[in-house]
Amino acid sequence: MITKKLIKIIEEAFFRVIMFLSTCIIIFALGLIIYSILNKGIPSLSIEMLTQTPKGGFYFGKEGGILNAIIGSLYLSIGATILAFIIGLPVSLYINVFLIKRRKFVNTIRFLLDLLWGIPSIVYGAFGFTIMIFLGMKASLLAGIIVVTLFIIPIMVRAIDEGLKTVPLGLIESSASLGATKSEIAFRVFTKQCFPCIITAILLSFGRAIGDAASVLFTTGFTDHIPTSITQQTATLPLSIFFQLSSPIPEVKNRAYAAATVLTIIVLFISILSRILSEKYKKTIIKF
Amino acid sequence: MDESIKIKVENLNLLIGRKHILNNINILIPKNKVTVILGPSGCGKTTLMKCLNRLTDLYPEMKVSGKIFIDNKEILNTRNDITKIRKRMGLLSQRPYPLPMSIYKNITFGLKISGRRKRIFLNKRIEHYLKQASLWDEVSDRLKEPASCLSIGQQQRLCLARGLAVDPDIILADEPTSALDPLSSEAIEKKFIELKKSYTIVVVTHVLRQAMRIADYVVFMYLGEIIEQGEAKEFFKNPKRDKTKSYLQGVFN
Ligand SMILES: Nc1ncnc2c1ncn2[C@@H]1O[C@H](COP(=O)(O)OP(=O)(O)O)[C@@H](O)[C@H]1O
Ligand SMILES: [Mg+2]
Repeated sequence: MITKKLIKIIEEAFFRVIMFLSTCIIIFALGLIIYSILNKGIPSLSIEMLTQTPKGGFYFGKEGGILNAIIGSLYLSIGATILAFIIGLPVSLYINVFLIKRRKFVNTIRFLLDLLWGIPSIVYGAFGFTIMIFLGMKASLLAGIIVVTLFIIPIMVRAIDEGLKTVPLGLIESSASLGATKSEIAFRVFTKQCFPCIITAILLSFGRAIGDAASVLFTTGFTDHIPTSITQQTATLPLSIFFQLSSPIPEVKNRAYAAATVLTIIVLFISILSRILSEKYKKTIIKF
Repeated sequence: MDESIKIKVENLNLLIGRKHILNNINILIPKNKVTVILGPSGCGKTTLMKCLNRLTDLYPEMKVSGKIFIDNKEILNTRNDITKIRKRMGLLSQRPYPLPMSIYKNITFGLKISGRRKRIFLNKRIEHYLKQASLWDEVSDRLKEPASCLSIGQQQRLCLARGLAVDPDIILADEPTSALDPLSSEAIEKKFIELKKSYTIVVVTHVLRQAMRIADYVVFMYLGEIIEQGEAKEFFKNPKRDKTKSYLQGVFN
């Protein structure tokens, strides 16, 4: 009897320690990453970095900045996020409102989307590249947007889906009893009930889009100019970091950290924004 | 069909797989009366309600056959516009499901999807229906607040007002007070008695006392079948079938 109790206590303590340690490891790793980026990045971060495009000799440590990459990345991820949203929202509404009772079918769709989510972005990049060659397309902002859109659609759909899934059947029934059609229920009721979740999905997708290097490696090209049309090549922050980090010149290397700082700040800002917005709209949703 | 009959259910059967949930249901629901559908839990009351406004459409597993006439119009016929039919019935469910929007928009939702958008018209209607559901005094100064801020009792009255706003002639209520406190329940019951002047009301309940308080006409169900139906006074005083008698004496439940 006593030994059983003792074993339980030891077991409890053991798992507690394990959980505590793993939490520590995560926090420590995160702290270390942020510290090493900021430590090297902040000193090289200057107004010039943020407001100028690379001048001649930028990659040898001369003047210029990464404005081309910042703007390029924003163009690319905003474009892709908008496209993915336009495609993704109807898909998730469709599987949750129109197919609500086709559980097997819907679960198959979810499973496929999860598979797509799991495919490494380099595969999307390579796929996009193959298609581009096939169509005779050149590397461009447009090609990048298309590939990144494909890459974040599963994220967008599944993230919205997680929210829509929780809407109770009773809410559909009561909306239907007011004379609403399924599309009215989808677009007027579900989108409101899941608004915080939709915001989170958008910003999550955006975060993934802006941080990914592999999917744009072959598809957007790289240029020192800010693109003025979607058919032009464009620089992106992840590639800018990659190229500068590969340089043997310490100054350029440090600038890579500055670019990484910019990217981190953008992603951090997006996460905080998503928290604030979804908190703000949580009031209207009904808790069931 | 008799003028005094609002809803006529004829040989209604509902199967889920091989399971007979509703078995050859025949009911005549009188106009401008409170009809109570009474029976123990699981006997198919909710399912019967779902047939009346064809919410069964949302459940592909339910196979419905038979006929339901509302004012002589057959509604199970899939060629009829179901949204129009549903607008003729306000629904109160077991627990309130307010829409995730403001109190104001909850009421105007039904009107807006029917194409009524004029502000002045909407404002007038809102006051009217909130008063009808005895909610106006409590919310008149915070119509813009989300409906989620209301208490459960208030939410249920909001759902009533929202249902009335689409201008139905029938109110369907499925155990509308089961999630509410006694005071809110009483408010809803009183409302039904008041509203029967202008509406035909069908209330599902398994609470015998509630049935006695509000019913004009009673339909007693047991295991998916109608055991007995009739005028409330007669039903409670002289039940004809043994099952009814034992239910009234509290043998089941
Ligand atoms: N969607 C469904 N799928 C399977 N069985 C169901 C479904 N809906 C109801 N039932 C079954 O039908 C019977 C009647 O249910 P219901 O109409 O909810 O009863 P009540 O409202 O009288 O308590 C129950 O046995 C229930 O298990
Ligand atoms: Mg029920």
